[in-house]
Amino acid sequence: MYVAVKGGARAIENAHRWLADARRGDRDLPDLDVAQIREQLALAVDRVMAEGSLYDPDLAALALKQARGDAIEAVFLIRTFRTTLPRFGASLPIRTDAMQITRRISATYKDVPGGQVLGPTFDYTHRLLDFTLSDAKPVPAAAEAAAPAGPVPHILSHLGAEGLIQPEPAEPADVPDLTRAPLAVPAARPLRLQALTRGDEGFLLSLAYSTQRGYGRNHAFVGELRIGYVRVAAYLPKLGFEIEFADILVTECESVNQFQGSRTQPAQFTRGYGLVFGQSERQAISMALVDRALRARELGEETGTASAQDEEFVLSHCDNIQSSGFLEHIKLPHYVDFQAELELIRKPRRDAYAGQEAAE
Amino acid sequence: MTPLLKVEALSKHYGRHLGCGDVNFTLWPGEVMGIVGESGSGKSTLLNCLAGHLAPDTGRVIFETRAHGPRDTVTMTEPERRWLARTEWAFVHQNPRDGLRMGVSAGGNVGERLMAVGARHYGEIRAQAEDWLGRVEIDPTRIDERPRAFSGGMRQRLQIARNLVTGPRLALMDEPTGGLDVSVQARLLDLLRGLVRRLGLSAVIVTHDLAVVRLLADRLMVMKDGRVVEEGLTDQVLDDPQHAYTQLLVSSVLQV
Amino acid sequence: MSDYNFAYLDEATKRMLRRAILKAVAIPGYQVPFSRREMPMPYGWGTGGVQVTAACLVPEDTLKVIDQGADDTTNAVSIRKFFARVAGIATTEATAEATIIQTRHRIPETPLTEGQILVFQVPIPEPLRFLEPRETETRTMHALEDYGLIQVRLYEDTARHGEIARAYAYPVRVEGRYIMDPSPIPKFDNPKLHNAPALQLFGAGRECRIYALPPFTRVESLDFEDYPFTASKAAGQTCAICGAEDSYLDEVIIDDAGGRMFVCSDTDYCATRCAAQAEDAA
Repeated sequence: MYVAVKGGARAIENAHRWLADARRGDRDLPDLDVAQIREQLALAVDRVMAEGSLYDPDLAALALKQARGDAIEAVFLIRTFRTTLPRFGASLPIRTDAMQITRRISATYKDVPGGQVLGPTFDYTHRLLDFTLSDAKPVPAAAEAAAPAGPVPHILSHLGAEGLIQPEPAEPADVPDLTRAPLAVPAARPLRLQALTRGDEGFLLSLAYSTQRGYGRNHAFVGELRIGYVRVAAYLPKLGFEIEFADILVTECESVNQFQGSRTQPAQFTRGYGLVFGQSERQAISMALVDRALRARELGEETGTASAQDEEFVLSHCDNIQSSGFLEHIKLPHYVDFQAELELIRKPRRDAYAGQEAAE
Repeated sequence: MTPLLKVEALSKHYGRHLGCGDVNFTLWPGEVMGIVGESGSGKSTLLNCLAGHLAPDTGRVIFETRAHGPRDTVTMTEPERRWLARTEWAFVHQNPRDGLRMGVSAGGNVGERLMAVGARHYGEIRAQAEDWLGRVEIDPTRIDERPRAFSGGMRQRLQIARNLVTGPRLALMDEPTGGLDVSVQARLLDLLRGLVRRLGLSAVIVTHDLAVVRLLADRLMVMKDGRVVEEGLTDQVLDDPQHAYTQLLVSSVLQV
Repeated sequence: MSDYNFAYLDEATKRMLRRAILKAVAIPGYQVPFSRREMPMPYGWGTGGVQVTAACLVPEDTLKVIDQGADDTTNAVSIRKFFARVAGIATTEATAEATIIQTRHRIPETPLTEGQILVFQVPIPEPLRFLEPRETETRTMHALEDYGLIQVRLYEDTARHGEIARAYAYPVRVEGRYIMDPSPIPKFDNPKLHNAPALQLFGAGRECRIYALPPFTRVESLDFEDYPFTASKAAGQTCAICGAEDSYLDEVIIDDAGGRMFVCSDTDYCATRCAAQAEDAA
């Protein structure tokens, strides 16, 4: 006799064993070391940290190994780990003007105080496969210049001094936390930025690109893109002083955008802002463009047709853990609903045929 | 007799820009008031303040409700205002797309207001929808078609049916004939005039088309730069305009 | 397994969830926003239900988990195992023995009793979502009881199909106030929502919403007076295993010549009936 779909438990266990086996692959090849992933697949690690919303290169590398290189799966592992961690408090705002710069460029000025630093970039490389990489061969160390002494002020601060760019408000006393409160729309800009910095790189890239192609156009220049290490500190009320506890690698982008001015405000440049863990400049630039697009209503620009300007649309769909989970849940059994649908389709067809026969 | 609508010192600004300023008028039951002026004169702002779509900065809009007598619609709660909008008011948009659900059948469009106020009998809802389609000269056999299949004039008539099905007493119309061909306009105006007379409907009609007000409106208000510059009986204002702007308006029409 | 707190979530998170649940119970049918956590299973796979269950579980509880009515479907197995591991509670497949039942897409056939909690996994909590994609709009519609639009949808169905063409996730009105999505249960199950002695909780993880039906709540399926709601299922069929006529049936294709059979979707109900029949025979 048929027994309704039994054996789920055993099927799951077997599948998981198979997965572990496939992850390891050919046993004649050495097992991949987590440190190797961290060092040699650093940009994949950075993406997992950024979208996983947890700065820990070793854990991100481990997650990538466990996920067989699937970035979103690795982000998922990091997120679920992150959510079990206690929250001690918030750090003080990081000072990106005091960043130890490894890369810094501006598209708006040819030269700027502090200079332009290309850094370790793919820009201007010829995208030709380097077949010599297949063989392990020694790579000479790059020459290093001395880091600039003292803080390197942001390029847009020069525009600010002239009053040409809209000043940003001072940090509000109570910054909301996206991971602790349900996202309510309309959302304040701090919440939007939190959502964007952990948003899916591909989604943000497409949205940013759409603004460039005219869907909510607000012509953007990269005012400054900087990558480097910043110091993280926190104020501990119990101790009564600040402690510095980490240096983290971040990418920051400030875009300069046109603004026509309104009845109450003269024309001025405005800014889109992107800040992302690790070296993730595609994400940072995309974030800045989308941030600026989401300010359209606040700035009195025409809205209504472009997805990138639609806060509810962007914020509800930018998280790849939510979207991939929901997308993939349609793999789960839906026998019951499908059965109900079958009946819904069959009944009118039965009635129709019955009607036809009666007519004949 | 009590007035149906009494507007007192109504003003609305957009930032520092004046939308409409210090508007006062009284509308009596069965009366049709026309508001004319060029674009930017504040007539649509005024209409949207009356409908509760915009909150005025100052002023009162006293509406004679069936259940509770005169009430200031500016200070009432949003649910109360929405209830009035479904039962006692009609709002006809210039573009029928704004006033219709384009993906819903004609019957569903007309039935929505009935259902919103509690109708739960499908057969009765449908019968009323058919009746109203007939009254606005749409073939009732097209009840299951969507507005997409309709011409511009038909869409506008459908929008009117959708609004009038719950027996409102006040119709607010924003350029109801705008965007239609001249011959279609004439038919719509005829229909509107018949409905207004037969139902004893009061109406405020915003338009830049003086032919519309001459045919429909008992009284006329002329607006310029957010202010009412002249008002009176329609024939009087059109035949003997006092204000320079009204004179210009009337003469420009005659030249056409 | 002691690395995690009882039932996985930390106590502060459970307190937050319980506050949301209490609010939901106080306002039947109203969707209470809550600050969901990432769970170790994907969004859309029951994270809302899992969080609600985690917040309700105490060590003395006996948990039953079903998916599509069955205890042995893969996702039900996975969730039951999760709680057995992180909470160490007893589990069961018998509806009558469970104190908490987490379900996806079904309400058990065996009537629930006072003191039991039924936790639904909810993918899209907003019954108006497919009419209006914007949360800001739908929230206003609920607040103002502006429900004409959903009735229009039922009108359209009736005009086109001669009936309300909703087979599952059939919207209900709770205590004459909020319109609620009962989660994608077949409409066959809708009458079980009404006046149920058990507490019914609904958790939507991805969408951060919890809502509830306290025991003995009035729940009406939307309809027209002249087209009343009917709780339908496969017409004229009985379960091929236990012979039940009153249970919801799954259709199973048994060969490639169009042969099919119908069996109870509620596996516990079916097995219980079979056991009783065997006893009677003996």
